[in-house]
Amino acid sequence: MEETALGLWGVPLAILAGAIRVSTPFIFVSLGETLTERSGRINLGLEGTLVFGAMSAYAVAVLTQSAWLGVLAAMCAGAVFGLLHGFICKFPKVNDIAIGIAMMQFGLGLAFFLGKPFIQPVAPKLPSIPLGNWSSLPQVQAALTINVLFIVGLILTFAIAWMLKNTRIGLILRVVGDSSDAARAMGINPNTVRLLATAAGGALAAIGGAYLSLFYPGSWNERISSGQGLMAVALVIFARWNPKGCLFASLLFGGAGALGPALQSVGVTQGYYLFYAAPYVLTLIILIMTSSPTTRLSGAPEELSLTK
Amino acid sequence: MAAEIDISSVASATRRFTLLRVQEELARRLEPVAITFLAILAGMGLFSLFLLALGKSPVQFVQLIYAGGFGTWFSLQNAFSRAAPLLLTALCVALPARLGLTVIGGEGALALGGLGAAAIAVPMLSVSHGWPLWIAMGASGAVVGGLWIAFAGALKHYRGVNETISSLLLTYIGIAVMNHLIEGVLRDPASLNKPSTFPLPADAMFGKIWGMDVHWGFAIGIICCLLAWVLIERTTIGFAARVSGGNLRAAQIQGLPVGKLIVGFTFLAGAFAGLAGMIEVAAVQGSANGSIIAGYGYTGILVAFLARHNPLAIIPVSILLGGVAAAGGLIQRRMGLPDATVLVLQGTLFISVLFFETLYGRFKLFNPEMWQITRLGKDGQ
Repeated sequence: MEETALGLWGVPLAILAGAIRVSTPFIFVSLGETLTERSGRINLGLEGTLVFGAMSAYAVAVLTQSAWLGVLAAMCAGAVFGLLHGFICKFPKVNDIAIGIAMMQFGLGLAFFLGKPFIQPVAPKLPSIPLGNWSSLPQVQAALTINVLFIVGLILTFAIAWMLKNTRIGLILRVVGDSSDAARAMGINPNTVRLLATAAGGALAAIGGAYLSLFYPGSWNERISSGQGLMAVALVIFARWNPKGCLFASLLFGGAGALGPALQSVGVTQGYYLFYAAPYVLTLIILIMTSSPTTRLSGAPEELSLTK
Repeated sequence: MAAEIDISSVASATRRFTLLRVQEELARRLEPVAITFLAILAGMGLFSLFLLALGKSPVQFVQLIYAGGFGTWFSLQNAFSRAAPLLLTALCVALPARLGLTVIGGEGALALGGLGAAAIAVPMLSVSHGWPLWIAMGASGAVVGGLWIAFAGALKHYRGVNETISSLLLTYIGIAVMNHLIEGVLRDPASLNKPSTFPLPADAMFGKIWGMDVHWGFAIGIICCLLAWVLIERTTIGFAARVSGGNLRAAQIQGLPVGKLIVGFTFLAGAFAGLAGMIEVAAVQGSANGSIIAGYGYTGILVAFLARHNPLAIIPVSILLGGVAAAGGLIQRRMGLPDATVLVLQGTLFISVLFFETLYGRFKLFNPEMWQITRLGKDGQ
């Protein structure tokens, strides 16, 4: 009776496993959005980038039979979306929030359009590393099978945190985000920095999408994303524009997202849709708790239109 | 000499002055029309390149849109029917936009409004199959949708929560709540494969507008747009809202009740989207089910931006995009393009129209201030 040996302990284990599995796209999208927002611009269109990334990764993986080429293709596509967003926002009187909404709709539409022929074929999956072989319980083994992209996300979190704090690029990014005038005085063109930061953010968000289609849930269809791209934008506010905060928040969200399926696996089927909505409710509660009507949010880049 | 002022020259100067005023007014009003028209042309141009890259004919595409959405009385009526929910979901974006808020949660308010309308129909059906039922359904849908979006407005004002993100999160939550209820307490046990609320009998559904094959929802949508226009452009409340949208701090210093305006306008915005949900239930579906979540809330965002948040302009833009949607099926069949084609076109138009915002104030033709500058310059010489 190996399966039932865990009993109700299966729920926290499933949530832990789910937190690791579900959090990976959140990590990539929120890191990408952190880079973009630290430069003083918000890209609300990452939901579209994420879904387009998922589609392009899956399509290229099907055509080349290589999951990693799929991830590479997603990165390129995401960077192009970011460049487009950054290019349009460069012009005066253009609202970056509205452009984000438009890019979201455009990205979703284009992904559904080009992705139609790839709903049926099967793509190779991204590899994962079994870390749970010490246990005889299959649930534990399944829970500790960690995807490579999760580990990449972990490393990237600390790399970006270090870069923002200690490198010249990080300094330039922070200066541009806090004061366009100061950046110009230093001889830096804020628009160029924001263009590149949005492109980098788009590339990272698209990796999150590639994870969705190439590992978990591991297929391409029009409902592949359940709003991770948008929630990640809210998550960045909660994380106070700090990469390590993004990692923590992503794991929290992953856990919330895993609540529904975990309860379902032990036979709780009542209110399935409400548990499914848990991450959205959590995002909203976190936004309500961390926002303030009177003072600027601590850690927010001064040039960010979101908090003005 | 000064005593002998020629009366006729004064009169002609006054006439010239009024003519100039008319020209100025005309120029100001034509600027958004011309720029939006240019933006749509540019968007269509980009989309044509996309079609050419796929080896499809843009000419055939435009012809099919015309044939499927506007060319015949039949297709035009189809466009009107599709425009009905768009009129209302566009108002859900346009009203808060005049206050400087970007609310994009119309889809959730529509879903819950439809659900609220269908829920109240169950007890009401024993009382009435006509006006009292429809008024109760409309009121229920509007209140539910209104409260949903007003929540986002209140969060913005009292907690400083970004309304764009919160309203979209509320959409996901609203759709989950709707799914929960139509699979639970509100489910009609007879709906097996597609969970739905109890259906309205045929005689309790909205009829068609006289002499047309278009349901009354279209007329309701147009009336709501007219009312919204009067509210914004012709009342002191609307004026206060426009002042707040233009400069929030100035409005607060003037003592305008900004909080009440934000909550009131977001409530009204959500009420319109909720009414769209009620119309989908009472005129099209007959019950609240997954089919009412058809993306009207998202298309409404594009409609509002194309109309520059002017309720009167929403009417033609809704019919335009309703026609495009009506032609969608024809495009799929004749050109072998997937159903997402319309989404790509909408996204292209959306980006194009926002990009062209940058042209405002650049054309001398449309900006009387520039005429003055040139005139002053000439006088100085």
